[in-house]
Amino acid sequence: MSDTILEFQSTSKAFFGVYALQDVTLNVERGHILGLIGENGAGKSTLMNIIGGVIRADGGQVLLNGEPYRPRTPSEATQAGVAFIHQELNLFTNLSIAENIFIDRFPRRRWLPLLDMATMRAQTQQLLDSIGLDLSPTTLIERLSPGERQMVEIVKALSIDADLIIFDEPTTSLTARETEHLFEIIERLRAAGKTMIYISHILEDVMQLADDIAVLRDGELVGAGPRSEFDISRMISLMVGRNIEQLFPARETAPTDDVLLEVRGISQSGIVEDINFRLHAGEVLGVFGLMGSGRTELARIVFGLDEHEAGHVMVRNTNNHRLSARRSIRNQIAFVTENRREEGLLMNIPIADNIALVSLPRFANLVTQFVNRDTLVQTANEYKALLQIKCGDIQTQPVKSLSGGNQQKVVVAKWLMTEPSIFIMDEPTRGIDVGAKYEIYSIINDLAAQGTGVLFISSELDELVGMCDRILVMSQGEVRGQFDQTEFDQEAILRSAFREENGA
Amino acid sequence: MATTTNEREFPITTAQLARWYDIVRESPPVVFGIKWLKRFLFSEYFILYLTIIYFLIMTERIQVLDTPLNLTNVLANAWPLLAIAIGQTFVLLTAGIDLSQTSVMAITSVVGAALMTTNVDPLKFQNSILWGNIVTEEGGLLAGHQYAVELAILAMLGIGLFIGFLNGMAIARFRMPPFMVTLVSMTFFSALAIYLTQSNNIRGLPEDFIKLGEGDIISIYVGEQVRQISRRDVLSFVTYPLLIAAGLGIVAHVVLSRTVFGRHVYAVGTNARAAEVSGVPTKRTIILVYMFSGFCAAVAGIIYSGRLQAGRPTLGENLLLDVVGATVIGGTSLFGGKGKVLWTFFGVLFFVLLSNTLNLLKLSAFEIDIVKGSIILLAALIDVTRTRLLARES
Repeated sequence: MSDTILEFQSTSKAFFGVYALQDVTLNVERGHILGLIGENGAGKSTLMNIIGGVIRADGGQVLLNGEPYRPRTPSEATQAGVAFIHQELNLFTNLSIAENIFIDRFPRRRWLPLLDMATMRAQTQQLLDSIGLDLSPTTLIERLSPGERQMVEIVKALSIDADLIIFDEPTTSLTARETEHLFEIIERLRAAGKTMIYISHILEDVMQLADDIAVLRDGELVGAGPRSEFDISRMISLMVGRNIEQLFPARETAPTDDVLLEVRGISQSGIVEDINFRLHAGEVLGVFGLMGSGRTELARIVFGLDEHEAGHVMVRNTNNHRLSARRSIRNQIAFVTENRREEGLLMNIPIADNIALVSLPRFANLVTQFVNRDTLVQTANEYKALLQIKCGDIQTQPVKSLSGGNQQKVVVAKWLMTEPSIFIMDEPTRGIDVGAKYEIYSIINDLAAQGTGVLFISSELDELVGMCDRILVMSQGEVRGQFDQTEFDQEAILRSAFREENGA
Repeated sequence: MATTTNEREFPITTAQLARWYDIVRESPPVVFGIKWLKRFLFSEYFILYLTIIYFLIMTERIQVLDTPLNLTNVLANAWPLLAIAIGQTFVLLTAGIDLSQTSVMAITSVVGAALMTTNVDPLKFQNSILWGNIVTEEGGLLAGHQYAVELAILAMLGIGLFIGFLNGMAIARFRMPPFMVTLVSMTFFSALAIYLTQSNNIRGLPEDFIKLGEGDIISIYVGEQVRQISRRDVLSFVTYPLLIAAGLGIVAHVVLSRTVFGRHVYAVGTNARAAEVSGVPTKRTIILVYMFSGFCAAVAGIIYSGRLQAGRPTLGENLLLDVVGATVIGGTSLFGGKGKVLWTFFGVLFFVLLSNTLNLLKLSAFEIDIVKGSIILLAALIDVTRTRLLARES
């Protein structure tokens, strides 16, 4: 006996004249977990934002429990029993767990304007116990790990007695153990009869959890049905619209012996310790490390954003005494930061201006400093086409309206335009889908083929093994191992990344 | 008979109104009313339209509002305010604020006047520390010098740039909050201006300087043909303040919209960290922006001093609300990254018209401030609403 809780009837939504969702008709069964997959920009977030009351559909309608459902604000969605666990967590880090959970309906002491702390704590404790989370209600959020914060979000959803819980990429910032715990809780919720929508790029997880699967591509529903009808390769081919034979494109060129970048004895106390390596022309050098291993900090020091106490960086055999972002750019170094929202993009500014930001002087008259807008837009459009950025008019559309994958392509386009000879990429594929990942990998290969040296920093070992000529392993601020392509062995690499903890 | 006189009194006839009402009622609202309302609300010229509407409404109530004499008056008030607001626009674009602008006006006014005055009252100035070195009984240091006015103006602009440089250094290099830094420099330099002059105005400015504040280049006469036009009836048309402010405005507009520096200003204001990673010289940009703000304030100081024919230590003490108000009403965001020189021009026009009408309504200074404050608040509210609607549209 199946019972539909949520029904999309030809739901559509367009941004800047580009369809983000087109005619989506989909049912979600009560008590089921729906796995929602699709590339970045396929329309998953748009669909969920419509149910979450963040945006409104242009066409079609949505039924919740058989009633027309059109939330105008997130709080209307909450009242209707829809809880949304976002990619970026919405918790107040300076408040306690209990305060966060009751933030929108603090219990009062009768008519007095005072908070009933005891009730708050007791109820929170009950909720924490119900999902087996061993935390005190008075703990401040800032002291929790990302995984624990995620759990608090779930507790918050439970506290409003939500019938429908949406998980948007819940595992991106979780460790393997935390992920396991999350799945246990999801199973528990399923047993309690809750309906869930689970969005993820990690197809194995979707296969493990979902009862039903729905695949979106370019705003359209391209496949939906019970899990038994799907396997991973079918999901990928539906998402991408073609068959991907391999995850990583093959590279035809080999690294040369020319040293482009040499890092000698870089140290900053408490952050990195005596780092030495060389990056050659045409080489893809991987840097593997867990969170907090110093990989990102190293990249920031080499690019000149953070300070260092000792050591130096040589670019093409010339010593750089004082490092700064501007000097690095002059030395043809590019840097795709880990965090595209905070450090990569000007979110409210049009795409064209973002792409041209670093190369602005190139479009300027030497004397008057006037920017030649026509050439700028024309060149930006060339890069848009090259990277297949899906968007409307690049002169007016702000970057924030793009999907994650397309935003990342804007960042890459910005640096490609500077024609770099050294390209530092910090987690360039984080949170983007299979198709966009493949495109980024292809760009890395093209860069290497043109003789650019690529420093590829990642916490995904698979992609490093698939893409790199050499991998450095970092742990606790030090380089703990170096592996050539011939000796790539995932287990050995992981072991050296964890060595300190095992040895201790 | 009665209806015809009615129709003459109102610019819109009742028949016309009825016809429009029918059109609006019969067309689907989405097509007609909302579309036009949206076009009006989201237009870049929204404030200009609002100014025109306000003007049309108020001319009905205030007889003298649209007389040429009053209009030239309104414009005369607009130019120095525009000069100073342009500088504020640049600072607001970087998500900063410059509260010290009014004190820059005061200090430049005082120093400039002290340098070129030809006539000082020893009784008033003998207690000042300027007495005996910069100001003597023969007048200022530059009094009688061939290029006295030019040199004094250079000194005034230099002081404006220097104070801006100090602000910018404190904000960019030492990462101090702009509000705090400029609040302190406002207090410091206002007090210094009063201290230097012992709270006296400095008179006796050269004619060439006074001209910059109120001199006409082209004057017009509106009225019947008479043999002798009395001095009072000649109206200013093109004046030095107009040329100065318009010149500054055009340069500022071009710099902001067309040059690399202009793009950097927007980038720093939108996301300073991303700008830094992208090689934008964020510190230099911020310092230059505050220097430009000081420069603009000095320009306004020159115009106002010329108009007052004196160096006044309390110059601009009540102007801060007008400057920030006009800029923000124009649509420049206090959070940085959004704003244009043209918008500021519209904001200034609206603001001087508002002040003018309130004066003509014979309100007291206190009442005027109360109304002005409310209008700025309302403008901020409209801006927030517009931005939100605009975001929803897309």
